[in-house]
Amino acid sequence: MQKKDAKKAQRLSIIPGLGQLYNGQTIKGVLFIIILLAFVAEFIFGGISAFANLVTLGSVSMEDNSLFMMIYGTLQILLTIIFIVFYVANLYDAKRVANLINNDKKVSHTFKELGASMVDGGFAYLLTTPAYFLMIFTIVFPVLVTLLMAFTNYDFAHIPPAMLLDWVGFKNFTSMFFLSSYRATFNAVFGWTVIWTVCATTLQIIIGIATAVIANQNFIKGKRFFGVIFLLPWAIPAFVSIMSFSNIFNDSAGAINVQVIGLWNTLVPFAHIAPIHWMTDTFWTKFAIIMIQGWLGFPYIYVMITGILQAIPDDLYEAATLDGATVMQKFNKITLPTIFAIAAPIFVTQYTFNFNNFSMIYLFNQGGPGDVGANAGGTDILISWIYKLTTGTSPQYSLAAAVTLIISVLVIGISLIVFKKTHAFEMGD
Amino acid sequence: MENAQAVAPKSANSKQNSARRHRFWKQFFTYLYMVILAIIVMYPVLITFITAFKDANVQAFVLDFGGKWTLVNFKNLFTQTLYGSWYLNTMIISVSCMVIQVIVVTLAGYVYSRYRFAGKKFSLMFFIIIQMVPTMAALTAYYVLANMLNALDHYWFLTAIYIGGGIPQNTWLMKGYFDNVPYDLDESAKLDGAGNFKIFWSIVLPLVKPMIAVQALWAFMSPVQDYLMAKFLLTSESHYTVAVGLQTFINNAQNQQVVLFSAGAILVAFPIAALFFYLQRFFVSGLLAGGSKG
Repeated sequence: MQKKDAKKAQRLSIIPGLGQLYNGQTIKGVLFIIILLAFVAEFIFGGISAFANLVTLGSVSMEDNSLFMMIYGTLQILLTIIFIVFYVANLYDAKRVANLINNDKKVSHTFKELGASMVDGGFAYLLTTPAYFLMIFTIVFPVLVTLLMAFTNYDFAHIPPAMLLDWVGFKNFTSMFFLSSYRATFNAVFGWTVIWTVCATTLQIIIGIATAVIANQNFIKGKRFFGVIFLLPWAIPAFVSIMSFSNIFNDSAGAINVQVIGLWNTLVPFAHIAPIHWMTDTFWTKFAIIMIQGWLGFPYIYVMITGILQAIPDDLYEAATLDGATVMQKFNKITLPTIFAIAAPIFVTQYTFNFNNFSMIYLFNQGGPGDVGANAGGTDILISWIYKLTTGTSPQYSLAAAVTLIISVLVIGISLIVFKKTHAFEMGD
Repeated sequence: MENAQAVAPKSANSKQNSARRHRFWKQFFTYLYMVILAIIVMYPVLITFITAFKDANVQAFVLDFGGKWTLVNFKNLFTQTLYGSWYLNTMIISVSCMVIQVIVVTLAGYVYSRYRFAGKKFSLMFFIIIQMVPTMAALTAYYVLANMLNALDHYWFLTAIYIGGGIPQNTWLMKGYFDNVPYDLDESAKLDGAGNFKIFWSIVLPLVKPMIAVQALWAFMSPVQDYLMAKFLLTSESHYTVAVGLQTFINNAQNQQVVLFSAGAILVAFPIAALFFYLQRFFVSGLLAGGSKG
């Protein structure tokens, strides 16, 4: 068989299809050329103006809709990226096939062979396409639009098509960090978001580990019974529980003020407690929210840790006992290290989850009470502030997008560190 | 000598006593902890449960077994409020999300577990990176896009977001589960002349049924559990999901309808908790396997 020059095939594929034709894969080559032509045509007749509009965001109000221009521009960016991926794949393909021919491997030339190899090798691509399609259009594309929106002046005073949008660079970010009014709000909200995340998550982890360790001792009777009860907060939809708690912590008619504090005052009359303003005092709302998240979140940790504990071999403890280790020593030297080694990623996802735990904040007291400016209430975290910025009476879309970006960068950063630590990237095969 | 003999049993005895006392306190505090925790868990659950059977002029949201029990709240829920439609809406969204997401995730997970193909590593990286992007990151864009596509208040848009949001992580878990099915099964089937589809459908798929059940539960649950997106993208009251609708019963501080809320809460919480307990043994092992595998 005639030898092919792999380098030459790859060089020819600078125009997609030529390298494949050189390799003798007529059908594939023609297909690739058609894809190239289609993209070039699309780019000339739509792409150039889409990019141009993305840069200017329109010039005539009422006629040009800046928002649509931004969205079409984003689509064009995506399309171009997909083409570039195809283009690079095409270069590699030409080289790979040429090498296959040189090594006397089977290569598909005819339509039938191509079809067969599509079913065989292409099976993989065919079955993953729906996943990619959905992810690109429900995650990648909207995230890109948000990214762009953060650099515009899109707000209640600039609503297309009546008004044009403009690129404003980093103004949304700088005003958040330097403009006094926004800065105060951002600092207040961000500060509470961090406190909330750390306290609530740590609390649920502590209760979870404690419950797992205590409830797993051998002598306990009724394990099954307690197990079911401890799982209830996870089994019941969170929004139902949070709304119930919002009633239970009601200032005037809730069970805590009426029943629990009432019972305490009857039993311990010398330490009288007055009803607490759970819903109207920011401090007590924050306190209640953290406690409730402990209630809601501990079962998940408890179940995971129970699984881990049962996997620790008993002889490890027996050996330690023979060596004279105390209960605390065994816990500190065997139990805890094992838990953290396995469950660290689970813990971190709990922290990032609570960082964005909209339901807990909003369903309990709608981010209130109080007001820290720019629509944000006293217990609003970043995600619920975004919600209020977007849906309020005077929406601040671009500012909301900027806050969203900050959140995402933080969450992705933390996840990246965790993934690196847990070596998930090495699981590629 | 005599003295020593007299002392020895006594000290053993006291050692035994102290051990027994130690064991008693250990058991006492263990059970004390478990009972208190159980009470803290059960208290709010029971309050909500009991309030659902109280009549409308209930004074406080407390645990009170006294008074007349009635089913009238459940009747009112379906005759005087939109609860019936909310329930139906939630079912429509959740079931579509479940069916589509399970199919997509199972196929993709299978491919990543079993096939070697050009770009596999690259696309797996793509999955991992997408998995880190919270769906919330596009919150404002969803709103704008929905406005543009006239999809505000429509289910298809919301459902698509739920499906897309669940794909990256669940594909990853599914791949991990498929990895646990021995490859020899595929090989021997291939030698027997089974095609790609046959191997997938009648050999591997039956072995991952538990994981598929778990995936189905999660895909079904995420729309039921979600408040944010539904509240964001559904605007008319008759189109609400249960989570958004239930909140309208209690968000008006002046006119809280806690009995209706409680009745509605039971009707949605009970079937979901039952499903949860039924499938629990599967997903705990699945989560741990997935967790340790990354």
